[in-house]
Amino acid sequence: MRLLAWFRSVTAKLFRSSATADEMDEELRGHLQLRADDLERSGLSRAEAERRARIEFGGYEKWREQSHEALGANFMETLAADVRFALRVLRKSPGFTVAAIGTLALAIGANAVVFGLMEGLILRPLNVPHARNLWGTEYGADPGFQSYPNYVDLRQRNRSFDDLAAFNFAFVGLDKGNDPASATGFAATGNYFDVLGLHPYLGRFFHASDEHGPNSAPWLVLSYAYWHSHFQADRGVIGRTVQIDKHPFTIIGVAPPGFGGTLLFLSVDFFVPIVNEQQIGGSSITERGNFHAIFEVFGHLKPGVTPAQATADAEAVGTWLERTYSKGFEQQKVILGRTGLTSFGGPVRAFVTGLMLLAGLILLAACANLGSLFAARAADRSREMALRLALGSSRNRILRGLFTEAILFSVAGGALGVLGSVPLLHRLSTWEPMTGVPIHLPVSPDNGLYVVALLLALVSGLLFGIVPVRQVLRSDPYEIVKAGSSARVGRHVTLRDVLLVLQIAMCGVLVTSSMVAVRGLVRSLHANFGFEPRHAMLVSTNLAMAGYGADQLPAMQKRMIAAMQAVPGVQKVGLVNNYAPLIDAAGSRERVFREEATDLRPSNAASNPFRYEVSPGYFDAADTILLAGRDFSWHDNDQGAPAVAVVNREFATTVLGSVKSAIGGYYRLQDGRRVQVVGVVEDGKYLSLAEDRAPAMFLPFLQSPSALSFLVVRSVRDPQQLTTAIRNGLRALDAGLPAQVDTWNNFLTVVLFPSRMATMALGVLGMMGAVLSITGIFGMAAYSVSKRLRELGIRIALGAGRREVLHAALGRALQLLALGSLVGLILGILASRVLAHIVYQATPRDPVVLAGVVVAMAWLGLVATWIPAQRALSLDPLVLLREE
Amino acid sequence: MADQAQILPGTLDLLILKAVSLGPLHGYGILLRIGQISGSALLIEQGALYPALFRLVRQGLLKPSWGTSENNRRAKFYELTAAGRKRFREETEGWNRLAAAMSSALAAQAEEG
Repeated sequence: MRLLAWFRSVTAKLFRSSATADEMDEELRGHLQLRADDLERSGLSRAEAERRARIEFGGYEKWREQSHEALGANFMETLAADVRFALRVLRKSPGFTVAAIGTLALAIGANAVVFGLMEGLILRPLNVPHARNLWGTEYGADPGFQSYPNYVDLRQRNRSFDDLAAFNFAFVGLDKGNDPASATGFAATGNYFDVLGLHPYLGRFFHASDEHGPNSAPWLVLSYAYWHSHFQADRGVIGRTVQIDKHPFTIIGVAPPGFGGTLLFLSVDFFVPIVNEQQIGGSSITERGNFHAIFEVFGHLKPGVTPAQATADAEAVGTWLERTYSKGFEQQKVILGRTGLTSFGGPVRAFVTGLMLLAGLILLAACANLGSLFAARAADRSREMALRLALGSSRNRILRGLFTEAILFSVAGGALGVLGSVPLLHRLSTWEPMTGVPIHLPVSPDNGLYVVALLLALVSGLLFGIVPVRQVLRSDPYEIVKAGSSARVGRHVTLRDVLLVLQIAMCGVLVTSSMVAVRGLVRSLHANFGFEPRHAMLVSTNLAMAGYGADQLPAMQKRMIAAMQAVPGVQKVGLVNNYAPLIDAAGSRERVFREEATDLRPSNAASNPFRYEVSPGYFDAADTILLAGRDFSWHDNDQGAPAVAVVNREFATTVLGSVKSAIGGYYRLQDGRRVQVVGVVEDGKYLSLAEDRAPAMFLPFLQSPSALSFLVVRSVRDPQQLTTAIRNGLRALDAGLPAQVDTWNNFLTVVLFPSRMATMALGVLGMMGAVLSITGIFGMAAYSVSKRLRELGIRIALGAGRREVLHAALGRALQLLALGSLVGLILGILASRVLAHIVYQATPRDPVVLAGVVVAMAWLGLVATWIPAQRALSLDPLVLLREE
Repeated sequence: MADQAQILPGTLDLLILKAVSLGPLHGYGILLRIGQISGSALLIEQGALYPALFRLVRQGLLKPSWGTSENNRRAKFYELTAAGRKRFREETEGWNRLAAAMSSALAAQAEEG
């Protein structure tokens, strides 16, 4: 109500102000008349009397303005007057207005989107109580993973956390009756929900008291979203039993809305107790050496405990573990991080910060652009301003008017930008970049976003509004009125030139880095991965989802290979346990030792290669070149057969000397087994495209059976037909086995995701930078042509050729363009070093990139100067000189 | 013109109050009255009257009302409000004290010299 009253009084003042202004004018004019009456009576003519009256009155404008202020024209009223005036001025130049507001909307919109991402991924904590005090530990052999017994020890021995919970991923087949479908969930410790302080939306959660050893708690908690989408929000689901990987689980509760697990960018479908992890295709929770049982451990710090103290505490527990279990444990650096991003935090933060920086650059470029436009306008209006100054208007008032214009622009641009960014953010929040993985970007526009956008708009308004200030303060009204504004065509460097060079340089940085990224991406798609993804299909199956026990796996996998070989058009088939190279950035490593080693502690390891278990024929199917020796045979897979391995070139040279000497050589695995090398294959990429050359070993797949496997099917047949044929083949074997079938290239999406994202973002920002440059150069060129129309006309009249005219009209703009591009190119090359960490083979030392940038910038210049050039060339000196 | 003096800052308000205290006047009339009572010894740029006038209105010391001038022109007339009369008395006393102090101080200096 008070707000309403305030609003009413403000509007009343706004309207009243014009009424009082009219009254005041009437009074002042009345004064002049009265004085003139007196003077007339003293014998002057009426005209002379009025003239004298005006002189005696003094600067009419000055006194009028001061009177207006004395009348109590408060800030709001002057502002309203300024706004009205600014609107009137802007209406007179719609082209300028549209260009300026469009530029700003683009730049502020980009910033709003990036800020939305930053807010969702970095600034906003998890949607749970006291999230700011929730810290996760990442320690163990692989960052982010550790074994269940280690977790239990850490929970019991630390003195820094109230309690510690842990979780791991569970990729399962969930069957509500007769419809097995893949689902993603968390296998969580019993105290998971209690540590988070959450209460169920429906039913109950599981607790620590439900855990009674392995596979003792077949309870299932659904996420609110999954309950809605897959159980039609049926409140009667509590107590219902569903099959997860063919094991019965009873639904006991539904998690609260908005909670999708403790990873920010993932929205999981369900939660099951971690003690049942092994049932659902997960790994054993009893082995201390099994570092794949837990993804993250987290809890609230006790009051007064700092993260640094907690880190030291966890390290002390690690030291104790190392002393107690010297074989299965190796102390690693303990890292504590806010729960939500864990080990993804680094790259995500780097990526978003990089984006924010680039978006900031865009905004700066836009400000530089608008600043030079404003300066040009101020120069054009210098006559008008000189007149206003001469008539007694104060410089303050004029500056305030200019700033009002700038702020008006920035607020309009900001509003438009935010309007555009909101649907984009909504799209992003429902976007699923990878099929089958419930990735969910937690972005939603909120008040913070609007405030930031408004602030950015105001700051940029002040930034570009400040550019013409010096010009106004310096201007001498008498000079300008006398000489006209076009008299001085300076050769000296102006602020506008500097701004334009800066802006082109920023655009150059963006164009260079986006080209480097695109080139890197294209090249990484054609790089040598150590296998050939073209003309190869991958079939991903998890036999645990269909209820196969460990003893049934070998027979079933042999049948699957045979079934694939029977598909018409298939040339070669191979199988690799767990994950094929470059799939989902997943893989495992195992330490190996020299043959003579007896003490197998981690520090004595000869190497830490990737470990793959493959079928005979896998190398052929994957098109991995065998450099020496032989492939596996089925005989190698027999139980009791001599232990053999195939290694890659890097392994052969680092562990066994050379490719040649490796054949027939021996080394030891972590468990002490002595293995003979029978073959050497080429090096490849295993986890990510950007990784350095890494050692890898391949072992016979049937000696360590795994339910999860990838079949490699090589065929030149059309992928779609092939997919159908493969599915039919599998269905004939077991209709209840969920399988993911796709080309190897499509499976690479996950690995290529970071570089794709980086390339996409840079591409969009690069385009924006280019658009800004075009408008900037265009503004500058058009302005310089229009300023020098008369000079150009004289040149043409005196017989100057097209070249000379163009040189005179646009030479300066092109010089600045060249200078800006050069600076941008150099900075862009420097910036690309950072890119090399994200995009494989992103190198600026590439003639195509260099040539591309030069061509792109030249093209920009051509587009931007085309219209002004046409105008300069089509001048008719006669018309022009007559008009002047 | 040589005997005309620029008025001291701040004294214009007091002069306006004095002029209006003798009866309601419009702006031009106030100027004439000031010229008359000061014997044309004080010089004001005519326009400068109005910001001061409006300031006094805003402070509630003067009350404006539209009327007709002696030669039949529409004009705004000003008269003192109660607060204006009170302020006029205070300011006059203040000014007299200051003037007396100033002139005695200046006279004393002349004796010393």
